[in-house]
Amino acid sequence: MPTTKTERVEIRQSDDVVRVRQQTRTLAVEVGLSLVDQTKIVTASSELARNTLDYGGGGEVVLEILDQAGRRGLRLTFEDRGAGIPDIEQALKDGFTTGKGMGLGLGGAKRLCNEFSIASKPGEGTKVIIARWK
Amino acid sequence: MTDVAGSDIASLVSRNEQTILPEWLELQKKAGTLNTGRISEGELQSQSQNFLHLLRDALAKGGNDVSNPVYEPAKAMLNDLSRSRALQGFTPSETATFIFSLKEPLFNALNRDQTLSPEKIAATVWTTTLLLDELGLFTLEIFQKSREEVIIRQQREIAELSTPVVKLWDGILALPLIGTLDSQRTQVVMENLLQTIVDDEAEIAIIDITGVPTVDTLTAQHLLKTVAAARLMGADCMISGIRPQIAQTMVHLGVELNVISKATLADAFGLALRQTGRTVTRIKKGEWQAGLKPKAGEQGA
Amino acid sequence: MDRIPILKFGNALLVTIQVDMHDRLATTLEEDLTSKIVAHSARGVLIDISALEIVDSFIGRMLDNIAAVSRILDADTVVVGMRPAVAITLVELGLSLAGVKTALNVERGMALIEGRLSESEADDADDED
Repeated sequence: MPTTKTERVEIRQSDDVVRVRQQTRTLAVEVGLSLVDQTKIVTASSELARNTLDYGGGGEVVLEILDQAGRRGLRLTFEDRGAGIPDIEQALKDGFTTGKGMGLGLGGAKRLCNEFSIASKPGEGTKVIIARWK
Repeated sequence: MTDVAGSDIASLVSRNEQTILPEWLELQKKAGTLNTGRISEGELQSQSQNFLHLLRDALAKGGNDVSNPVYEPAKAMLNDLSRSRALQGFTPSETATFIFSLKEPLFNALNRDQTLSPEKIAATVWTTTLLLDELGLFTLEIFQKSREEVIIRQQREIAELSTPVVKLWDGILALPLIGTLDSQRTQVVMENLLQTIVDDEAEIAIIDITGVPTVDTLTAQHLLKTVAAARLMGADCMISGIRPQIAQTMVHLGVELNVISKATLADAFGLALRQTGRTVTRIKKGEWQAGLKPKAGEQGA
Repeated sequence: MDRIPILKFGNALLVTIQVDMHDRLATTLEEDLTSKIVAHSARGVLIDISALEIVDSFIGRMLDNIAAVSRILDADTVVVGMRPAVAITLVELGLSLAGVKTALNVERGMALIEGRLSESEADDADDED
């Protein structure tokens, strides 16, 4: 799939979550998403960036603007080298949390996007990909 | 089967362009492409010539595999052509005729060619057929896609048109819903309602579903989402116009709407007025006329 | 900015969140508000989020917590000015902020708090009879 722009943001501390949100907003505007769709993907990016920091021990996100036969979209790939998630299905359920959040992070982020995929291996890390199309 | 090089067909096209083009145009005209007056003869001629050149270039450079990148210019041209014809109201077969009617002139040119052996001609006919069939299918696919885009756009327009938010009183809005509520429409409805709540500083919004044919679990969910979003912004929602059969079906399906609901829009409006500190009272006969004129007592004072 | 200012407004506290908060800032605000409610014997807390472009589950949890804590301390929390896009997203996210009162703007929020205050004063007066 042709990528027309790529950005990378490291997630090491709490301020970086804010930076991920801002970068996501900038690119969402560039893609031309509606205000509601911008808000949805920025919120999802905030949830996932916090997960990367809190559960993955930090990592990075790659933000890409996609162009598929004239249809534009924004894809975010969050990756960490943390403990991984043993039971993904359980982690996607609302209310499930091992940390201090409300347990809406993963499942919530999934509902806010058009595409969602997750891969995780205990001990090796987690990779979450989300996309929102115009 | 003898292998046929794309460049052979390309040179055939080059050598015979002067006969292929007019024959092709004639066939297209005979098929009725110009009859509806949607495109002019000049336009058709330049489209045909343009495509013939692009096809020839692709054949010369990259053989006869349509997926080869050298076919991109030709495909891009077909893309535009198919798209514009879909929008102009051509039928699929009228559109595909553009490609399929090129076969005959090409085969005629082949048969006239003295330099080729019969086997070579047969092989070339086969290759050309495959090539044009593929391009024809491509044209149809684009045509179909363009029509779908039109339908999606129209659906969106209908959704926007069919969800007007009306102001009933200061701070009281009504949203008369008509038709089925799907996710996409809910989104439009929600955005519309919430924005009007902000613009009008409304306290209460009444969602009237008299015109909604069925309320299943999904529809109820959509309604509740709208109610929840309005509440987050600080406005109360009511639902009105649940018809008796729908109420029964909802109970039967176990659908719950945990929100204030009233049988009619009028009932909901009355409640909304009371909640915002107003009452409606009937005045005595003749009083409204008297109210129009200044009262005698007031004049004297 | 390390802290979000909290203004005293009669019997109520007013917080206007105007920056994209990082998580620590949100946690600090929660703590600051709790101690100010007690210090000023505030009866209401108004949180104006009209400038916020997003509310994620962390901020949502903060709002829920502030409401719960202030309820224990006998104060009402009203969140005002949530933008439509934010409201739609929160609902989709699965957050309903059930324990939080809401109002369209600061004025309405204030009226809500004052309304409750006069109600409870009336109750008190009744009790004395």
